[in-house]
Amino acid sequence: MILVFAEAVNGQFKKTAFEAVTYGNKTAQLLGNQCVVLTLGKVNNAGQLGEYGASKVYNVSDANLDSFDSQVYASVIAQAAEKLGAKVIVLAHTSTGKSLLGRLAARLNAGSVAGVKSLPDIAGGSFKVTKGVYSGKATAEYEISSDLKILSLSGNEIRPAKGGGEVAMEELHLTVPSPKTRVLQVKRQEGIVPLPEADVVVSAGRGMKGPEHWGIVEELAKVMGATTACSRPVADADWRPHHEHVGQTGLAIRPNLYVAIGISGAIQHLAGVNQSKVIVVINKDPEAPFFKAADYGVVGDLFEVVPKLTAAMKKFKAG
Amino acid sequence: MKLLVCVSKTPDTTSKISFTPDGSKFNDVGITFIMNPYDEWYALVRALELTEKSGGTVTLVNVGGPDNDQTIRKGLAIGASDAVRIDAEPKSALFIAKQIAEHARGQYYDIIFCGKESIDFNGSEVGAMVAEFLDLPFASYASKLDVSGSTATLEREIEGGVEIVEVAGPFVVSAAKGMAEQRIPNMMGIMKAKSKPFAVVPPVAFPDYAVPVKYTLPKEKTGVKLVPADDMDELVRLLHEEAKVI
Ligand SMILES: Cc1cc2nc3c(=O)[nH]c(=O)nc-3n(C[C@H](O)[C@H](O)[C@H](O)COP(=O)(O)OP(=O)(O)OC[C@H]3O[C@@H](n4cnc5c(N)ncnc54)[C@H](O)[C@@H]3O)c2cc1C
Repeated sequence: MILVFAEAVNGQFKKTAFEAVTYGNKTAQLLGNQCVVLTLGKVNNAGQLGEYGASKVYNVSDANLDSFDSQVYASVIAQAAEKLGAKVIVLAHTSTGKSLLGRLAARLNAGSVAGVKSLPDIAGGSFKVTKGVYSGKATAEYEISSDLKILSLSGNEIRPAKGGGEVAMEELHLTVPSPKTRVLQVKRQEGIVPLPEADVVVSAGRGMKGPEHWGIVEELAKVMGATTACSRPVADADWRPHHEHVGQTGLAIRPNLYVAIGISGAIQHLAGVNQSKVIVVINKDPEAPFFKAADYGVVGDLFEVVPKLTAAMKKFKAG
Repeated sequence: MKLLVCVSKTPDTTSKISFTPDGSKFNDVGITFIMNPYDEWYALVRALELTEKSGGTVTLVNVGGPDNDQTIRKGLAIGASDAVRIDAEPKSALFIAKQIAEHARGQYYDIIFCGKESIDFNGSEVGAMVAEFLDLPFASYASKLDVSGSTATLEREIEGGVEIVEVAGPFVVSAAKGMAEQRIPNMMGIMKAKSKPFAVVPPVAFPDYAVPVKYTLPKEKTGVKLVPADDMDELVRLLHEEAKVI
């Protein structure tokens, strides 16, 4: 049995949860197995996970599960895995999933791979998955030899696939320990798709000259339905908030479309973004290294090109 | 305060990565190695700041061969009190975590620090594993850490925001950008490092359950398609019809 932990944020399931269930379902089909989903705390509409391939959805509800503590969550997921006889546990590679993966591996004495980007290859009775290494500069294939395998699925690797129908949610009764950490506050910007989940990212660098010029970037992002990002010096200079910083020392992202504006394309920047499906580079310097990593390039002054692109996008969206 | 900082050795961030022809091993010819930036700039420096304020010691722990000694010495030069190298060639995160946990057990560290991830394997797993082996709370991706008495307050990076958490008693933390600022070791630090306690201890036996067996480099891009700067309708058309991303 494949056990997927589907994480909810404020009770709502997000794309990463649907991706994890889809992955769990495909893995279950490969192994001739069932995909069972576990949810924790207060969740809305868990039955919809059946549409992505869950044959059953279990929930453990307890006040101690309403905010995240890796020790408490790992204990409950491990109990569920043992009780249900899981062979593979699938998590999403989110801040929550990443905090749980190692704990579960240590607790259940199992092999784990973080940030998986392919379905398991089970040829010849082995179990192999791939993941990005060297900050996105290479891919490694891992072989897992333990009976139980634990994986966290990298975002935007698998398209959530609907097929099945709604399933009923069943309550599972397990021991929920008390947390040793206390969440005092959660500050989330509302109404914005977080960078790791964004399909389209519009990113800008030092070529912008100063924070007062970001209006044109925000406007383009708005028309494209994109999340904004930036290069490291821009975040370091406080032109933009730190959570927008992408690259080797910031977030590693893999959107479908990455638009780089006034960013030179240093190796440390590329490390965080070069796994994007399509890259568009706008830079006035035809020698900018970023063009070598780009699919589409525009050589020109961003202060002229970006408003033109915004206008063209508006026209396109208007049909 | 008694603090432990887990440090690892990684290729420099500017390294051009390559592998042996059969793809089985990292090719380290011409590679400069550094201390993993998250371990050095954030975890180690914040640990030092805390002991400078309220007293205590900062111990470095590394799992690796003698080729790690230079990295560990640098940590001592930056200011750590002493170091332990667990003498093994690690292949998997769980093996490493097991070694660190066995070292830490019975030492009663107040805080065990690691970087949010290593820039070679990008697993983010070791901290969580150490915490589980020792049955301690774990705060991951902390961009801020303040300690007052036996209570710590941390800011954790989560998708699209931050979470502020409080932990009482010993815990494990993984450090992200923002927790501290990089420190460059000075001559005095480098001299002192030579006489600081540096133990090399054997590992405990533990299996490797998940190991990399083959590495590949990404396909080179076939070449950029340039679009004239005054024809953004064409770019939109290409993104829609050819790339199919909008
Ligand atoms: C250990 C380490 C880790 C690092 N980690 C990261 C990281 O995670 N992320 C990151 O981004 N960087 C990182 N860096 C920094 C990286 O090396 C580069 O310095 C940085 O990415 C450059 O940012 P930039 O492209 O915005 O600025 P610049 O390199 O200054 O490039 C600005 C670009 O804008 C173009 N430009 C200027 N004016 C215009 C105009 N009017 N129209 C069009 N184009 C214009 C220029 O041609 C140039 O290509 C790291 C460095 C180190 C040493």
